[in-house]
Amino acid sequence: MAAEREPPPLGDGKPTDFEELEDGEDLFTSTVSTLESSPSSPEPASLPAEDISANSNGPKPTEVVLDDDREDLFAEATEEVSLDSPEREPILSSEPSPAVTPVTPTTLIAPRIESKSMSAPVIFDRSREEIEEEANGDIFDIEIGVSDPEKVGDGMNAYMAYRVTTKTSLSMFSKSEFSVKRRFSDFLGLHSKLASKYLHVGYIVPPAPEKSIVGMTKVKVGKEDSSSTEFVEKRRAALERYLQRTVKHPTLLQDPDLRQFLESSELPRAVNTQALSGAGILRMVNKAADAVNKMTIKMNESDAWFEEKQQQFENLDQQLRKLHASVEALVCHRKELSANTAAFAKSAAMLGNSEDHTALSRALSQLAEVEEKIDQLHQEQAFADFYMFSELLSDYIRLIAAVKGVFDHRMKCWQKWEDAQITLLKKREAEAKIMVANKPDKIQQAKNEIREWEAKVQQGEREFEQISKTIRKEVGRFEKERVKDFKTVIIKYLESLVQTQQQLIKYWEAFLPEAKAIA
Amino acid sequence: MEVHPEAGKEGKPSCALVELQGDSSLQVEISDAVSERDKVKFTVQTKSCLPHFAQTEFSVVRQHEEFIWLHDAYVENEEYAGLIIPPAPPRPDFEASREKLQKLGEGDSSVTREEFAKMKQELEAEYLAIFKKTVAMHEVFLQRLAAHPTLRRDHNFFVFLEYGQDLSVRGKNRKELLGGFLRNIVKSADEALITGVSGLKEVDDFFEHERTFLLEYHTRIRDACLRADRVMRSHKCLADDYIPISAALSSLGSQEVNQLRTSFLKLAELFERLRKLEGRVASDEDLKLSDMLRYYMRDSQAAKDLLYRRLRALADYENANKALDKARTRNREVRPAESHQQLCCQRFERLSDSAKQELMDFKSRRVSSFRKNLIELAELELKHAKASTLILRNTLVALKGEP
Repeated sequence: MAAEREPPPLGDGKPTDFEELEDGEDLFTSTVSTLESSPSSPEPASLPAEDISANSNGPKPTEVVLDDDREDLFAEATEEVSLDSPEREPILSSEPSPAVTPVTPTTLIAPRIESKSMSAPVIFDRSREEIEEEANGDIFDIEIGVSDPEKVGDGMNAYMAYRVTTKTSLSMFSKSEFSVKRRFSDFLGLHSKLASKYLHVGYIVPPAPEKSIVGMTKVKVGKEDSSSTEFVEKRRAALERYLQRTVKHPTLLQDPDLRQFLESSELPRAVNTQALSGAGILRMVNKAADAVNKMTIKMNESDAWFEEKQQQFENLDQQLRKLHASVEALVCHRKELSANTAAFAKSAAMLGNSEDHTALSRALSQLAEVEEKIDQLHQEQAFADFYMFSELLSDYIRLIAAVKGVFDHRMKCWQKWEDAQITLLKKREAEAKIMVANKPDKIQQAKNEIREWEAKVQQGEREFEQISKTIRKEVGRFEKERVKDFKTVIIKYLESLVQTQQQLIKYWEAFLPEAKAIA
Repeated sequence: MEVHPEAGKEGKPSCALVELQGDSSLQVEISDAVSERDKVKFTVQTKSCLPHFAQTEFSVVRQHEEFIWLHDAYVENEEYAGLIIPPAPPRPDFEASREKLQKLGEGDSSVTREEFAKMKQELEAEYLAIFKKTVAMHEVFLQRLAAHPTLRRDHNFFVFLEYGQDLSVRGKNRKELLGGFLRNIVKSADEALITGVSGLKEVDDFFEHERTFLLEYHTRIRDACLRADRVMRSHKCLADDYIPISAALSSLGSQEVNQLRTSFLKLAELFERLRKLEGRVASDEDLKLSDMLRYYMRDSQAAKDLLYRRLRALADYENANKALDKARTRNREVRPAESHQQLCCQRFERLSDSAKQELMDFKSRRVSSFRKNLIELAELELKHAKASTLILRNTLVALKGEP
């Protein structure tokens, strides 16, 4: 399999004062598309892109990556502008500027260069001011926190309000640090809006956390027990991860709805997210219809890349589900271990009390203390197991569902194009018949219809090519993110395991002399 | 299934449960054991220079029921009423383990071949561990008898060690079953005695203290033993959980084409090694903690039994006193009443003296055993935690190091 390739930098005129890269967030959540399955010969060693957050290798490689990401970032931005308009004519459909040799997007050969050259002139034409702005030190840097869950109201109308805090140096926001109060349905509403705008043109919109009627009811009813606090914490963490993933997406970050969500103090209540609302039912019906359609669309896949990717994601999905189930069992058993250790600690303490040999009695009490501390340790480790490992897996299982959805949209797009072509053919046949039958008044109408459908076919083709292009880029970005995400979390998780073991060493080392002191 | 413990153990008794100061004039060990379908055959080997035996070294094959017969023989012997009779070894029980192996054999199609092999390995190790434990329990029973100056001279013991044929005690006949039932009724009466409900006045501070101590101690150690068992089982569960996790990570790794490939594969390897370590933690806790607590639960019961016997003797003595007084007032059959009272008094005093010694021995035995096992437990926990830290750190270095 070809390793990820970073293209050589285009244009040398870029200012290279991007030192502040290294800190904090994922700056270049790469909009650089990588083609994993290029048939061309393997490239020389790839430039490491993942170094940005992990460590600070020399600035050189990262700078190179930067440049390209910069350009693609603006490509996204300009596309963003067009997406707001109802017609959604992709900018790239306009005549490419003279410096570029137009290359059909469906060919695989040197497609990277093709996409680069298509977008470069657009950037220069459209966003010079924005480049200037960015060069002034405005880095792609934004940090989101979700905290302070607070119960608002009483009884069945109660809900949890979460504080959403944004820290950013991006110029698109009016302040550098601000926070708002949001409730769960607000998050769902945000997702719903983003999904309706971006999913069907091929963007992988991160899914929102799942609803839980049981969980929420317990909270509403006011059960102050540990299971409802756990539920709230689980949800808070999930909401935070959701927002962090969403803002990492360069296109979504530009979306005004997202900005409104993060910034404005009052947000119109998202009622369409209620499970049993009219919109909710409509969603369910649509999902069912989609499932049926997917089965009946028989697409002539001209691009092996898509087929391969789909298979890859299918496999990944299965494997992640298996792993997730096993990790859930681990969490459960570790919690059991914690509970059993606590119970043992108590009985060891009792035994120590009964023991009439003083030194042994003392040692047994110490053993009880050690076991109690170990119980705490197991509990904390169970949390780490869950919040780091298990939740990462379940997030990605849902993300992959979104990826699959995007592939499905492409199929529907293709279907639309196909249908237009078929209709055009029929119109042409109809025209031919009219010509033969010689009905001059109907000819004009037929010609009009043909023109109409020719335009539709063209549009269908454009949209299909656009969505295919977007998906390639998105999948590349997604895969990069996935690698980074998993590596980061795996390292954090292993560090938590090390922590636990080190604490165990401390406790047993403290106990050993006590045991030896038994005379 | 034929399973044999390692032949040729080191000279001194290797059981950590009891520190035995036996002399070398009588050495007993279980040199071999075979597990068959529904029974275990122990080869009991004796080395002795005592004149009583025909040879200096000889072996016999015994089954569990014969050990129980020997134990009961000691308990029923009036001569040993003032001694703590070493607790009988528990019946070998492979039921649970066998069931699990069978269920595994019936197969679960979602499990890969590798996972299956690992799970089978785990269950076989479990079976072996249970087997080793039962051998150890039977052995320590005999070794305590051999080490005790009085108990080692018992005729039944010699028969047990030397008689080449089987002792025909297998399967309790109806009379014995009934006997067992009656014994339990007597036990409850004893409970009344020992808990002071019957109104019997204890005359000796030492024994008063021992009584309250043992009652509470026995209950609490039984509790601790049960809970230690649960902890050990949880650890085992955790170790088993690592099997499917490691397998899933392996498949994930082999499917990946990017940097995650090595990450997942390394992680799979790590979990496999953590599994082994976790398994060792579980088995060490089992041996050093659970088994020790279980043994002293039984031993403290044996000590309680001794106290019952002494209290019964005290009750007999008091009754004899009352009978003597009655005889004296009526001036009838004073002689027999006097001699009976004498006998009861002597018996009671004899029991009290030896019981005192036995209880003090029990305490020192218990303390030294706890000490040894707790030290070993702590050292093993440290060893495993350090090993885990090492492999975790190595994996972290490898993961962080790669681009």
